[in-house]
Amino acid sequence: MHGLWNLETLWFVLVCVLWIGFMFLEGFDFGVGMLLRFVGKTPEERRAVIHTIGPVWDGNEVWLLTAGGATFAAFPNWYASMFSGFYLALFLVLFGLIIRGVSFEFWGKVENPQWRSVWELAMAVGSFLPALLVGVAFANLIRGISLDQAGNYTGSFWDLLNPYALLGGVVTLLLCLAHGASFLQLRTVEPIKARAAALGRILLPLAAIAVIGFVLWTFGEVSHHSPGLWITMIVAIVAMVAMAALGAMGRVGLAFVAGGLGIAMAVATWFTALYPNVIVDSNDHAYNLTVFNSASNHYTLVVMTITALILVPIVLIYQIWTYYVFRQRVGLGGSSAEPTTPEAPAPPPEASAQV
Amino acid sequence: MSSVVELSRWQFAITTVYHFLFVPISIGMAGIVAAFQTAWYRTRNPQWMRLTRFFGKIMLLSFAVGVVTGIVQEFQFGMNWAGYSRYVGSVFGAPLAVEALAAFFIESTFLGIWIFGYKRISEGWHLATIWLAAFGSALSAYFILAANSWMQHPVGYKVVNGRAEMTSFWKMLTNSTVFYAFPHTVIGAYANAAFIILGISAWYLIRNRDSEMFAKAAKAMVVVGVIATAATMLIGHFNGQLMTRQQPMKMAAAEALYNTSKPAGFSLFAVAPFAEHPSRTSFDITVPHTLSLLATNSWNGEVKGINQLQAADVAKYGPGNYEPIIGVTYWTFRLMVGAGTLMVLFLLWGLYLVWRRKIDRSKWFLKLALPAMALPTIAITTGWLFTELGRQPWVVYGLMLTKNGISPSITAFDVWVSIILFTVIYGVMGAVAVWLTVRIVKKGPDPEVDEAGKAVEPNLHVAY
Repeated sequence: MHGLWNLETLWFVLVCVLWIGFMFLEGFDFGVGMLLRFVGKTPEERRAVIHTIGPVWDGNEVWLLTAGGATFAAFPNWYASMFSGFYLALFLVLFGLIIRGVSFEFWGKVENPQWRSVWELAMAVGSFLPALLVGVAFANLIRGISLDQAGNYTGSFWDLLNPYALLGGVVTLLLCLAHGASFLQLRTVEPIKARAAALGRILLPLAAIAVIGFVLWTFGEVSHHSPGLWITMIVAIVAMVAMAALGAMGRVGLAFVAGGLGIAMAVATWFTALYPNVIVDSNDHAYNLTVFNSASNHYTLVVMTITALILVPIVLIYQIWTYYVFRQRVGLGGSSAEPTTPEAPAPPPEASAQV
Repeated sequence: MSSVVELSRWQFAITTVYHFLFVPISIGMAGIVAAFQTAWYRTRNPQWMRLTRFFGKIMLLSFAVGVVTGIVQEFQFGMNWAGYSRYVGSVFGAPLAVEALAAFFIESTFLGIWIFGYKRISEGWHLATIWLAAFGSALSAYFILAANSWMQHPVGYKVVNGRAEMTSFWKMLTNSTVFYAFPHTVIGAYANAAFIILGISAWYLIRNRDSEMFAKAAKAMVVVGVIATAATMLIGHFNGQLMTRQQPMKMAAAEALYNTSKPAGFSLFAVAPFAEHPSRTSFDITVPHTLSLLATNSWNGEVKGINQLQAADVAKYGPGNYEPIIGVTYWTFRLMVGAGTLMVLFLLWGLYLVWRRKIDRSKWFLKLALPAMALPTIAITTGWLFTELGRQPWVVYGLMLTKNGISPSITAFDVWVSIILFTVIYGVMGAVAVWLTVRIVKKGPDPEVDEAGKAVEPNLHVAY
């Protein structure tokens, strides 16, 4: 048997970390995109809402691209089976990401209510589709899909829409919405903040219930209960309860942190439930894809490990710097991203002359 | 099955060609806009600031479409080409992963700061962010071209357990093919951006709007453009010589050279009998000795012909047809070289006008600068079609046939759905991006003075 100390397992963990990064960061981006029209009523308010994620959404999305690229490089068979097997679902994810990505750039270019509505809708739909379908896809990997000997998916698009997988989709969707509501409360001013808070009071408990239900179902779904699964599941449940409680108490910052931890542990629960498989074969587990039979050769994994060890810390440093640069709340300045804040009523002289 | 292969090839061609209509403009404009901003940083001449902001906005539209269509690129290998992904993933996946990790993060993060960060960080740092974004976009080209070069000329791998496994990442990154493909592509991207900025500047010069400022931009772009275009063609020439050695069939197809010739003439215009695999041209005008000279540096050098190469490939790889579609290969090559030649000639004319200090008043040059904006796009698109179609029937030259790379689990229905919808959204998106660009151009750059005649404060916000 393989132990835990091998490069295949390390890369499984790294892919999990990339997905956590994606769900944590793009989670609130997707949430903001879906909540945009509910928390912002005037064009100025909507601009402020979009500007909370404007500088960072693209960098956040690269976590998904990196997760995809890392899966390709470290687990070619997993990449090939998953992406060809979930063909139409993945197409819908791409469709969403495309219309969402351009909507940021297109939205502000024309001052016409219909034009703005079209791209606000694109932002919402484009956030909704990936937020939902990522959960559906991952739940199917655990529940099992029908594979042939070569690892090719033999089922249809409709087989992917089973109750467990749909609940998985609802979970990621609600997590993104709840996370986005908390994020908006931290990054906006009244009246947006109050609207986000009102939505958060509903969304946070709903997300908590969905996650708890889902991790328990997952626990029942898998036969092998490793210590890792126990730990991630329990932390996920505790974090979700804390998120809902802190949100109800109005401790938004802490609720956001707890929600982030809950997202991380929910994703980790999926990965620990999967391990050592990467895709379960629903026909008697005969053709399960595992981290070992789907991995690249040793040399590739070594090269990739060295590269990741050098580059990931650098990426984290400059991405954290970005959040530091844009740490102030986004005010309702009307015009584009002026660095004015409600906390600082008199902006420094060199910043006061923005058009 | 073959229809799934054909459809998937069409889908890959549509999504990738479309993606690469925008990418070179983004890569090139990022560097040129960074240079404009540097000029403003150093001289404080407000015209450079206004040029930065104006062309920065246009650049961002191009980036937006390039980025979202790039997501599809990362995933469609697995979606449509699972067989390929399994066979080459441990080699080919690595540069893709490193591209995301090393280049996409830099590009997207610092571009975000550049868009929103003016006055939040110091002017020097703000300038650094656009340079970093330009660097990131060029770096991403390196990794993706290393991946593509491996498909043209596989190195640093061995076949184990029925798949290709990497043995040297260094060999892959230092593949002789990528040493030519990278500068050819990235310098060509700068030529493309120079033509776009030149064309837009010409539009203003014709209308006498902001003439002083746009004359500055036009002059700079003629100089940048002529250097970049000439360098791209020169590197392309050496790239062609390397290709003659590494992929002789592609060079023979580019010239419709059916039989090995010594010396070989460069074909100007050829027609072949209408058949799936004609074995001769029926009509061919050639310049004697020229192909020998270009391809082998020798007046009487031997250039192998399609028929002989096909026979050799059958002996080496077994029965089958190893010819690309000769007509397409031949004509895309000619369009690429032809468009590039027109670009150089046009810019040499521009250089003459710059030297005589009358570029801003030369009506004909300025009028032609508008349609000339299409030339780099024609050269780049036909160049890629040539590179990729000329490699067929191989997906990895000499190692894997394209038809063996398909995903066994997808159906023609799946691919039809995605191909139609991709084409529709890409079409709408491209139309909107072009329409918005035209709108920005018609509106013009921000005024230098406000209504009261007071100088407008410097502003480099380009946020939506």
